Amino acid sequence: MKTGTLILSVAARTLVPLQILFSLFLLLRGHDEPGGGFIAGLVVAGAFALHQFVNGPAATRRLLRVDPRDCVGFGLLLGVGSALPAWWQGEAFLTAQWWEVPGLGLKLSTPLIFDIGVYLVVLGAVLTAVITLSEVDKDEA
Amino acid sequence: MQIAVLAGFALAILVPFLSRWCGSRTGLVLALYPAAIACWLVSLAPQVLQSGGLYFEQAWAPSLGLSLSFWLDGLSLLFGLLISGIGTLIILYASGYLYNHPQLARFYVLILSFMSSMLGVVMADGLMTLFVFWELTSITSYLLIGFNHEDAAARKSALQGLLVTFTGGLALMSGLILLNVAGSSWSLQTLLSDGESLREHALYLPMLLCLLGGAFTKSAQFPFHFWLPNAMAAPTPVSAYLHSATMVKAGIYLMARLQPGLGGTEAWMTILCVIGAITMVVGAFLALRFTGIKKVLAYSTVMALGTLTMLLGIGGEAAMIAFVTFLTAHSLYKGALFMVAGALDHETGTKDIDEMGGLRRLMPITATCAFVAALSLGGVIPLFGFVAKELMFEAVLEAPRYTGFLIGMSLLASVLVVAAAGIVALRPFFGALKATPKTPHEAPLSMLAGPCVLAGLSLVLGFMPWLAGDGLLNAAAGAVMGAEVVTDLYLWHGLNTALMMSMISLGVGLLVCWRWPGVRGVIHRFSPVLDRGPEAGYWKLMDLLVRVAGWQTRLLQSGYMRNYLILTLLSFTGLTGYTLLVRHGPVFDLALDVRLQEVVVALVIAASAIVACMMRSRLAAVAAAGVMGFGIALIFLLFSAPDLAITQLLIETLTVILLILVLFRMPQFASLSTPMERVRDMFVAVMTGGLMTLLMLTVLGQDLFTSISEYMIDNSVPLGHGHNIVNVILVDFRALDTLGEIFVLSLAAIGVLAMLRLQAKERKMP
Repeated sequence: MKTGTLILSVAARTLVPLQILFSLFLLLRGHDEPGGGFIAGLVVAGAFALHQFVNGPAATRRLLRVDPRDCVGFGLLLGVGSALPAWWQGEAFLTAQWWEVPGLGLKLSTPLIFDIGVYLVVLGAVLTAVITLSEVDKDEA
Repeated sequence: MQIAVLAGFALAILVPFLSRWCGSRTGLVLALYPAAIACWLVSLAPQVLQSGGLYFEQAWAPSLGLSLSFWLDGLSLLFGLLISGIGTLIILYASGYLYNHPQLARFYVLILSFMSSMLGVVMADGLMTLFVFWELTSITSYLLIGFNHEDAAARKSALQGLLVTFTGGLALMSGLILLNVAGSSWSLQTLLSDGESLREHALYLPMLLCLLGGAFTKSAQFPFHFWLPNAMAAPTPVSAYLHSATMVKAGIYLMARLQPGLGGTEAWMTILCVIGAITMVVGAFLALRFTGIKKVLAYSTVMALGTLTMLLGIGGEAAMIAFVTFLTAHSLYKGALFMVAGALDHETGTKDIDEMGGLRRLMPITATCAFVAALSLGGVIPLFGFVAKELMFEAVLEAPRYTGFLIGMSLLASVLVVAAAGIVALRPFFGALKATPKTPHEAPLSMLAGPCVLAGLSLVLGFMPWLAGDGLLNAAAGAVMGAEVVTDLYLWHGLNTALMMSMISLGVGLLVCWRWPGVRGVIHRFSPVLDRGPEAGYWKLMDLLVRVAGWQTRLLQSGYMRNYLILTLLSFTGLTGYTLLVRHGPVFDLALDVRLQEVVVALVIAASAIVACMMRSRLAAVAAAGVMGFGIALIFLLFSAPDLAITQLLIETLTVILLILVLFRMPQFASLSTPMERVRDMFVAVMTGGLMTLLMLTVLGQDLFTSISEYMIDNSVPLGHGHNIVNVILVDFRALDTLGEIFVLSLAAIGVLAMLRLQAKERKMP
């Protein structure tokens, strides 16, 4: 089902990948600059919603490869899983743990894992609604 | 000990894998668990009998003062042995009865969980431990009664059993809490050691009533007896195990357990004796009314439970020894009889006694077991049931109060139960051979082991009652008494009143059995009265419940968004407004130092809100609402909150996308609001908006508590390693809140999915 106009479809071709990249950027820098999992999740959900307006829900599902519902579940798993390291250390629930990656000066932390979980849940939840809505439309048409 | 109890649950989890590896031998493997428990209990027995009880404790929720504590004394030992011993036989029996049943594995899972829960009940020392295991038995029993879940009647009976026992469970919980309040301890052992203060406590009567409510519903005492015969919808191994030998005795166990603490008072004796005696006669009487072999057995179980309650009510050494003897004897013969009933229905394909006859030639072993067990049920010398019955009569004769009433009732009940025993053991096996749906032959070995062992024990213990009596039964009776009991059991008590009563009941009972069809005809004439029993009350109550639920759903759930909104907003405004205006007072000072751009944005927001209300097309209204949202985002930006602004912008965008998807599906505005409705809506809107404004101004005008922003700002980098405070709060300081929020979000997504998909499916159906 091709529903978009020419302008929208041309714009989407450039915008969707950019938006996805931008959302990753927002996600990773979120701890120090404006951004974070929730915002990044909304941006990427917007990207897929745009893609779906142009190409239809079936194409978006193909692009996504996983069911948005699985995104939600996996995000929740990450969110809960990020509490485990603190549990290991015998600290309070969800206490942040930080690790340095040797050589690179890169910081890894449980809040980052948690944030990725939030990102996935937001993405999955919004897309579940958007895709289901348009699929139900199509079923009725 | 906790390991022994909880191992059953662990094993239950492993059953699916086991059944894949072991195939049809799974039952044999699983039966090792109860067998091991039984051996373990036997090995502990000398220690228990000597020391008077073993105690195990493990911290559970130390902050609440709760611990997972177990206590093994004579009474627990007796019950534990019955549960594990009969459990072993039942699992073997089930492997034959449900041979090749597609859901045999599910059955094993449930029966093992039940077994563990039941062991937990009888060994629990902590009140909460007891309660948890108690409820677990109710749940597993529900699943087991409804095991044939394709059958509507089975589901109904399961639900009935669940509701009755759960209602009792609630009463029990209140009772246990009252017990804790009165005795200020969670440990049964501690509580019972100071029974005096419990009995004299002001809360004694309510506490007793609540606890007995739990016990009576569980043990099917009148007027809650009706769920037990209905529970016979379960597969026969379940009926044999749960609904005769173990679960229904949980209530009896509870009363026996509490006897040293709460027993012996006027209220205790009156309630237990009267209810027990009534249950006894009602059960025995109703047993004769039915021709289904399991129903007859179920009602005779009700009779036995009534007898046990009555004996507990009478109190004293004679009654207690009669109690434990009767309990043991009943578990043995009733377990055997139920297994025989299962074998009959398995081999003949019918459960109706009238359709069976002359089976003794075809099923000689089953017939022998049935005969022996039924003799024990009827209390015929030299079976163990005879010993129990003699002791029961002796206890009744010595009862300190209501002696005449109790003697009459127990004599009547014995007559009826002898008749029931005769019906079950004689009619299917003697007389002319009748054609049955299946051609009968002897049951497989696995199904014969159980009845043979149990009937054999009835016989052996009848000749040598001291085998059980000297150690185990005396210790159990002692635990119920709260004092040491030394009574020797004999088969022959000499020519006394009790024996006379036995003889009378035997003679009259056989007469009734012989004339059974005629007796049944007479009973049937009373059917209209009997049908109006407590069960009818239960169904009336259920009807009422459904009707009230329907009425309040229609009242509250109109299905119109606007009604929900109005109700929510009005109650919010009313409650908050009351607090703010009356209790607190709207105190604020209005400092008007605003910048020009702020005024402009505010005006834009207000204007777009007004426009949104006046638009005649949905799309225009959505666009206007969008403008409002972007205006709010601008305000966030002006006050330097970039994260909020970005979020607001994105949310607005996505909202518009979602709304447009939804709008496609909506019809045009067919009818616009009437002027009256507009006034109403305006009133609600102005009230809510005004209140929020007032609230914000008031809150900002005061320092109710010190702000935590300072803490967040100061600690964001050192503790959270991040410069974006909003994000640090979200994923670190307040990560638990965020975790909750993403769960809510996921639930919302599931809700959307379910609503849309289900609706689409419904529409596709013609």
